[in-house]
Amino acid sequence: MFREIKIDPITRLEGHGKIEIFLDDKGDVAHACLQIPELRGYERFAVGRLAEEMPRITETICGVCPTAHHFASTKALDALYGVEPTPVAKKIREFIYNTFMFEDHNLHFYFLGGPDFIVGPDAPAGQRNVLGVIGKVGLEIGKKVIDIRKRARSIIQTLGGRVVHPVNGLPGGVSKGITKENQAEWQKIATDAVEFAKFTLQAFDSIVLKNKAYVDLILGDVYKHRTYYMGLVDDKNKVNFYDGWVRVVDPDGKEFTKFEAQDYLNHIGEAVESWTYIKFPYLKDVGWKGFVDGKDSGVYRAAPLARLNVSDGMATPLAQENYERFYSTLGGKPVHNTLATHWARVIEAMQAAEKMVELINDPEITGPNIRSIDFKVPKIGIGVIEAPRGTLYHHYETDEKGRLTKANLIVATVNNSAAINMSIEKAARGLIKGGVVNDGLLNMIEMAFRAYDPCFACATHNMPGQIPIEINIHNSDGKIIRTIKN
Amino acid sequence: MAKPKIAIYWCASCGGCEEAVVDLAEDILNVVDAVDIILWPVALDFKYKDIEAMPDKSIAVTFINGAIRTEEQEHIAKLLRQKSNLVIAFGACAHLGGIPGLANVANRKEIFETAYKLTPTTTNLKGVYPQTVTDTPYGKLTLPEFYDTVKSLDQTIDVDYYLPGCAPPPDLIMKGVTAILEGNLPPKGAVLTSEKALCETCQRNKTKPEKMLIKDIKRIHEVIADPEKCFLAEGIICLGPATRGGCGERCINANMACRGCFGPTKEVVDMGAKFLSSLASIIDAEKEEDIERITSAIVDPVGLFYMYALPTSILRRKQGV
Repeated sequence: MFREIKIDPITRLEGHGKIEIFLDDKGDVAHACLQIPELRGYERFAVGRLAEEMPRITETICGVCPTAHHFASTKALDALYGVEPTPVAKKIREFIYNTFMFEDHNLHFYFLGGPDFIVGPDAPAGQRNVLGVIGKVGLEIGKKVIDIRKRARSIIQTLGGRVVHPVNGLPGGVSKGITKENQAEWQKIATDAVEFAKFTLQAFDSIVLKNKAYVDLILGDVYKHRTYYMGLVDDKNKVNFYDGWVRVVDPDGKEFTKFEAQDYLNHIGEAVESWTYIKFPYLKDVGWKGFVDGKDSGVYRAAPLARLNVSDGMATPLAQENYERFYSTLGGKPVHNTLATHWARVIEAMQAAEKMVELINDPEITGPNIRSIDFKVPKIGIGVIEAPRGTLYHHYETDEKGRLTKANLIVATVNNSAAINMSIEKAARGLIKGGVVNDGLLNMIEMAFRAYDPCFACATHNMPGQIPIEINIHNSDGKIIRTIKN
Repeated sequence: MAKPKIAIYWCASCGGCEEAVVDLAEDILNVVDAVDIILWPVALDFKYKDIEAMPDKSIAVTFINGAIRTEEQEHIAKLLRQKSNLVIAFGACAHLGGIPGLANVANRKEIFETAYKLTPTTTNLKGVYPQTVTDTPYGKLTLPEFYDTVKSLDQTIDVDYYLPGCAPPPDLIMKGVTAILEGNLPPKGAVLTSEKALCETCQRNKTKPEKMLIKDIKRIHEVIADPEKCFLAEGIICLGPATRGGCGERCINANMACRGCFGPTKEVVDMGAKFLSSLASIIDAEKEEDIERITSAIVDPVGLFYMYALPTSILRRKQGV
C-alpha cells in the first residue's frame, strides 16, 4: 500500500501545477512527480493563421516572457520569408531583448528565487519574499529594484507598444526605430543597469558566497543531476541570448553536438506521459530513458546554468570575470548543481546590461533603415532564441500565401520538465525517511522548482510573494493525517 | 469600518494580467492599503475550503483573468461568483475569450492529436494521451478535464464589469479600481474604458481622407507602414473602427495596426461582422472581379477579425466528437 502526499497548488505554469508524492510500506518515497493540469493547443489553432500575425499570437503563451516568444516568432518569420533583417533592425531587436533579459533576471533574483538565499533558506516562509529581501538589504535598495524594473520596461513599452505582449516584430526588421532622444535617455538607463548588475553580484557575493552554509547547500547532492545541457552560443562559443548556434554538452562538459536552429528536428524529441499535459523533451541521439540523469539518458537541461555550461565564456568583460570565478569556486566545468542557477542568472544579468550599453551606444542604432521586405516565397521557418528559462523554438510551415499549415513549439520551461520532476523526487527522497516527513520538505521542494524559475514564477513576480503550497499526508485509507503549508 | 475584501483569481491565462498589476508599481501600495486581499494565489496563501466557508456575497470585488477551459476553472469561477458582490472580468481572455480562444477553430480531439502525436518533435509511438485518471503502480494520478470549448467568463458566470485589454493598461486598472472603491460605477455590464471607437482618439485619424476608399488590401508585413498615416487609408487592415478605445493607442504608437484586444464598441454584437461592414464600405470597386481580387487578399478573416474575440462571436464553433 502506498501513501500519498499531495502538494497542490504550487501555482502556475500555464495554470497550476501539483506535486504528488507516494510513500511505500516503509514510509520511504516510492515515487514523486509534478503534474501540469492545463494545455492550450497553440500548435493546433496556429494552423490557418497568417504567419505575420504569429509574433502577436504566440506571445500570449506567456505574459512573463512574451518578449522571448515575440522574437523567437519574428526570427522564424525571417527564415520563413528568407529575409535578413537590416543591421539597424537587428541591433534594435537585440537591444530590446537584452533589456528584457536584464529586467526578467533581476525580477527573479529579487522577488522569487533570491529570497531563499538573501533572507535565508531556514527563515520562516513568511519572510522569504521581496519584503524580507528589502528588510535584509534595506529599503533604499528595494526602491532601486522597483525603479530599475520600471525604467527597463519603459524601453520595451516605447519600442514594443505594449510591454506585456509587444507588437513590433516583423519579418526583416521591426516596426519602429530609435530616435536620438530615445538613445540619450536609454544610455543612462543602460549605464545604470550595469551599475545595478554590479551591485547584485556584490550582494550575491557577500550574502551567499561568504556564507559557507549556503555554498555547501549549493554544492550539496540534493539538487545535483549529471545531465546534458543546451544553449545558444555565438561563433566564438560565447553565451548569446538572441542568436547563434545551439550547442549541447554532455555530462562531462564535452561538446556533444552543435547545430543550427533549422536542424533542431534531428536532435530533439518529446516524450508523452498520460498523467500530465506537459511533454518531456530529450536528445534524440541518446534517447528517452525516463526520469534519470547520466550519459545514457537523453534528459538535458536549459536556462542560465546550462547556458554557462555549454559556452566557452561570456560575451562581455565584467560578466566574463564572474564566469571565471563561478567555475573556480564551484570546482570546474560543468556545474551540475541546480542551485548554482541563481548565481549563473545574475552573471547573465550582467552580460545583458553590458550588451544594453554596447548596443545603445552604437551610432548606427538610430538609423532609419529598419525593414527589409525583400521576401522569398514562404515555406518553412524556424526561429530559436534563449528565453530566460531556456532555449525556445518556433517552427512554422505555410502555404505560398504565408498561411500556416503546421506549427511546432518547444517552450523554454518545457526543456526542463523532466529535470524538474527529477529534482522534486530527489528532494523528497532526501527528506522523507521511514514515514517521517522533515519540516524542511516544503522549503526544499519550493527551492527545487524555484531554481528553474519555471514560470510557476509568473506567480510571485510581484508583491509580498510566496508560492502557496500545501502538502497533505494521507494514510493508507486516504485520510489526511498531517498538513504542512507555508 | 472594515476594509472591503478583494479576491484576484486567474483561469486560462498567461500571467500577463498579473504583470500588468505589478506594473502599477508604486500605485499598487495605495490600493493594497485600502483593501483586504483575501485571495490571490500568486501572492498569498489560501485554501479553497476557506473560500467555501465564507458567507455568500462576503467578498466585495473579485477580479478574474483568463478564459475558462477546464472543469477546475469553471468550478472556482462559480464558487467566487456565489461569494462575491461584484465580479470583474479582467483582461481580454476573461472579457472576450482572448487569443487562447482561437482554439475554438478546433476541438479537443484535434488539439490533443496535434500536441501529442502530429507535432514533428513528438515521439509517441504508443499513442499515449493525457488522461483524467492514470493508474500507476503507486496510486491514481488525476488531471482536470480539458473542455472542448474555450469560454469567456460571462459565458460561465454572471459578470458585473469588464476591464479590457491584452493586458489592461495600468492607468485603466487604476481608474477602474478607484471607481469601484468609491462606488462610482456605471450601469452593470459596462466595459470600464472609453465608449468611443479607437479611431476617434487615434492621432492618425487626422490624416484620413474625407472619403476613404481603398483599391487594395495589403498585409502588414508586405509594406513599410508610414508612421503618420491611417493604416486603413493605406489599405492595411486595422481594427480601429470596430474596437473600443481607451488603450492609449499602444500598438499604433509602435507603428502596428490594431487587432482589437479591447473588444467591440458598445452595441456591437459581433466584432468581425462590424469590422467587415466597415471594410466593405471603403472598398473602391464596382466590378465583381475587382471586389474578388481585393477581398481575396484577406486570407484569414477568422484569425484577423476575431483574434481576441472568437469565443464571444456569433460564429458557430466547431463541436467535439
